[in-house]
This record gives sequence, C-alpha cells and structure tokens, in this order.
Amino acid sequence: MNPIRKLSLVLAVIAVAGCAAPQVGSEASSLDARTAAALASSFTGAPPEWLQRLVQDDVQAQCSTARGRPSGDVAGAIVLSQQAALKYPDSGLMGDWKNGEKIAQSGVGLQFSDKPGTVPGGNCYACHQIAKAEIAHGTIGPSLLGYGKLRGQSEAIQKYTYGKIYNAQAYVPCSLMPRFGHKGILNEQQMKDLTALLLDPASPVNQ
Amino acid sequence: MNRVAAVITATMLLIATTGPARAQGASVEDSIAAYREMLADDNPAELWEIKGKAFWAKKRGPKNASLEACNLGLGPGVVKGAFAQLPRFFADSGRVQDLEMRLVSCMIDLQGLSRAEAEKNHFSTDNDASDIEALSAWIASESKGMPIALPQSHPKEKEAYAVGEQLFHYRAGPYDFACSTCHSSSGTRIRLQVLPNLTEPAEAKAIFASWPAYRVSQGTVRTMENRITDCLRQQRMPMADYGSQVITDLTVYMGVQAAGGQMAAPGLKR
Ligand code: HEC
Ligand code: HEC
Repeated sequence: MNPIRKLSLVLAVIAVAGCAAPQVGSEASSLDARTAAALASSFTGAPPEWLQRLVQDDVQAQCSTARGRPSGDVAGAIVLSQQAALKYPDSGLMGDWKNGEKIAQSGVGLQFSDKPGTVPGGNCYACHQIAKAEIAHGTIGPSLLGYGKLRGQSEAIQKYTYGKIYNAQAYVPCSLMPRFGHKGILNEQQMKDLTALLLDPASPVNQ
Repeated sequence: MNRVAAVITATMLLIATTGPARAQGASVEDSIAAYREMLADDNPAELWEIKGKAFWAKKRGPKNASLEACNLGLGPGVVKGAFAQLPRFFADSGRVQDLEMRLVSCMIDLQGLSRAEAEKNHFSTDNDASDIEALSAWIASESKGMPIALPQSHPKEKEAYAVGEQLFHYRAGPYDFACSTCHSSSGTRIRLQVLPNLTEPAEAKAIFASWPAYRVSQGTVRTMENRITDCLRQQRMPMADYGSQVITDLTVYMGVQAAGGQMAAPGLKR
C-alpha cells in the first residue's frame, strides 16, 4: 500500500474509534479510544506526513499499557520480536570513534524545529556519561565511561553493542533508549562509528 | 536579574560537579528549593503582571469591552483564586478549559474578537509581545499562596484527567518517547537539566505551582501551554495546536497530581 493510503486509513481508524467510544464495552478500550480521539484532534496544523508519528507500533502500545514494566510474557515476546528484527552490516561492526563522538554529541534531528533534511544525531550524551571530558551529560541511562575497557573488543561484545544501539529493546523490553536502527534514526555507518566510540581502545571512553 | 542568572549558573555548576555520580533525589529538591527562594526575590515577571492587569481592564474589539466580566470559573470578574482551580469545565463552552483557552473564549464572547485575533501572538516572539502571557502572569499571581484544587466533579473533568494520564505514558514517534520517559523518575537529568518526576506528588506540586514562569533563557514569561508544546517538540511529536485537547488533558493530569500544592506562580526558570 502506498504511504498516503496507509496514513489515511490509519487516521480513519482513529476517527472511527473516537466516535465509537461510548459504545465500546470495556472501560479500558473506551479510554484508549478517547485518547486516540484526543490525539487525532490536537495536531490539525501539522503537515500530514507528521501525523503517522502519533500512531503507535505494537511495542510502543504494549509498553504504554504496561507503564514501562511489561509482565513476563509480554516482556519475553517483545525481546523475541525485536531480536528477530535486528540487522547487522555485511562486514565489520567497528567504524571511526572520532566520528562516533560527534554523533554522540549531536542532538539535532526529527524535531519540528529542525530544518527539513537535517541529519539526526544520536544525542547519546543527553542520557549517558561517555567520554570523561564531557561533563554536560545526562543520567537517564547508565554511565558508559570505560565501556570497552571493562568488556574488551570480542566479536560477541561488538555484536551486542551494535545491536544495542540498533534496537535497545532486543535486550531490555520497554527500555527508555530509542531504537536508533530499527526506527531509521541513524544509518549503518553512524552506528558503526558509535560502536567504535564505545569499544576502540584509542577512544577517550577507554582511557 | 544578575542575581537570578548567578543562582541558576551556580545550581548548574553544582550539578555538574557531582560528576559521574547519579544525581540523587536530594539535588532535585535542592534545585526546587533554590527556585522557590528566588521566587521571593525580584522576578522580572512583575513587569508582565503590571501589563496584564492593565490589559484586563482595557476596552477593545468590536464590542469595545474589557475582560472585567470574564468568568474564570469562580463567577464573572472574580480573579482572586481562580487560577488555582484551572483547568476546569465551563458549561457555556461545554469544554474543560485552561486559563489561556478561557481568556480566548472571553475575548471572543465579551469583546467580539475573532478566534484568530484573540490567539494572535499567543507565544511571544522577539518582535511581538503576547497579551496572553501578560494576562496569565497577572491572573496567576492573584492565586499566590492558595492550594492547587482543580475540580474533578464533572464527568468531563474526570475524563480529562484519565485521558491526560494515558497521554503522559503514551510512547510514540521515531524515538519511542512519552512524557514518562523523561518525567517519571526522580533525580535524573538530560545533559545538565534536572528532570522533575511529575508522577511524584511532592515534585508535581512544586512544578505545577510555578507556571506560568519567567524564563531567563528566553527573556519572557512562558505559559504551561508553551512548556508542553516545547516538550512535545523534544518528544519528536508534531507541533500541537494552541489549546489542543492533548495539552489541556496533560495539564489537568499534572494539576490533579499536584492537588494541595501551594500556588507560587509566576515562577522563575532557566
Ligand atoms: C533517552 C535516553 C537514552 C538515549 C538518548 C540513549 N540511551 Fe543508551 N541507554 C538508556 C537506558 C535507560 C539504558 C539502560 C537500559 C537498557 O539497557 O536498555 C541504556 C543502555 C545503553 C547501553 C547498554 C549498556 C550496558 O551496560 O549494557 C548502551 C551500549 C547504550 N545505552 C548506548 C547508547 C548510545 C550509543 C546512544 C546514542 C546513539 C544512546 N545509548 C542513547 C537510555 C538512553
Ligand atoms: C526528551 C525529554 C523530554 C520529554 C519526552 C518531555 N520532557 Fe518535559 N522537560 C524536559 C526538559 C529537558 C525540561 C526542562 C528542564 C529544565 O529546563 O531545567 C522539561 C520541563 C518540563 C516541565 C517544567 C519543569 C519545571 O522545572 O518547571 C514540565 C511541566 C514538563 N516538562 C512536562 C512534560 C510533559 C507533559 C511532557 C509530555 C508531553 C514532557 N514534559 C515530555 C524534557 C522532556
């Protein structure tokens, strides 16, 4: 289906769900319908291609319902589905840590205030301590200082690190960390450069 | 002003020097306490309050009327204490409205302005001041010291809270973010900015009580509508309509979480 048809279908579903709210039997699903109706009515000035962002994928919906703490079954299913969707580069997982540092610093991209066409950064410092020199780092995620020094550079560690950046929820269901590869925020080269930032012995992360 | 900037810089440095250690709950409380302390001193928002008070009494529009008969929820013309109970349901509009949407309704009904005229410059820019920011600063100041008490008796008020809570936890968009990604644990930061845990009543009270606020980085008073619009931007959501249901419902959710807090707006922020 072409993207525009798909979007209009989605919005039609939202609209119908909104109107049907009072008829829906269970309290929870009626609340979901009202929430969908609130979303559908609140962004009328936004460009149509942005409206798709309001529609949840399965994992987003499950994590919202579970308030970020999915039960055993749901948690297991998320990890399995996200593992199955992991994609690795054809050759090599380690790029250039110097570029990686720039990507980790950059917080631009995908906001309505960004110039269209801006290449998104990883904004890793928003949530993580990474290189020691950068003190303006957030604390939503764990410190990654010394990451490669602690773990070494084995192929398994490279694979885990690249995979973690590609899709954090392949390891931790409902993680607060964005799924940078899965959602197409970062490209393959950028994720390789970030893998090198964390693992390369020459990277400031491992000094 | 200088003192304000100095305290804020000092707070940031304090946070920075805690280094790799995770900022603890105490530091959030410290910075909230620092904000509060600053509120007692000169807040540039006073200038907006003076403008807002004059604006309330000024006649304008096709009906050449002032806003003095505007009903903010406690009866026509009653300003004292009204803000501490907003957003609330209004029978004449059939909607739950925050202060800004209520002011827009009054400008339309009492002064005869079009919606576009009433909403003009609602968020000020460097070139255009906002009447609504000034009115909000003054009306909020008339509730200082009063307990936050959003009514929850009308079914639409209850629904706004329930939907607001859903929206607060609604993950979507390319980053999977919800409000809760950044605002549901205490003592965390984005870069150096301390993130309040808005699901925790003590923090919700202090934060809700302090908006609208003078923002030092922007040199103007900003409203809760503006704050939420900016957080939706960081969430990588589309730009929300002014007065949209999403913004109202999130405001009701946060306000009800903050019940019993002591109004202290206009606040003073980074
Ligand atoms: C919005 C917050 C956020 C952002 C942005 C973010 N992360 Fe994370 N990250 C987390 C959280 C929370 C965890 C811990 C939970 C988990 O493992 O998923 C984490 C975990 C990790 C881990 C696993 C650490 C370990 O010990 O196994 C790695 C590696 C990582 N992040 C790298 C990155 C990189 C690289 C970026 C930027 C491209 C990034 N993160 C951006 C929040 C974030
Ligand atoms: C990606 C991170 C992020 C998301 C998602 C987010 N916020 Fe924020 N929020 C912030 C930051 C950063 C600040 C500013 C803190 C500062 O200036 O010190 C903030 C500030 C606030 C404040 C004012 C706090 C104060 O100190 O007075 C409120 C209220 C708020 N956010 C509500 C929300 C709501 C509601 C949502 C969801 C629509 C949301 N936020 C989503 C990062 C976020």
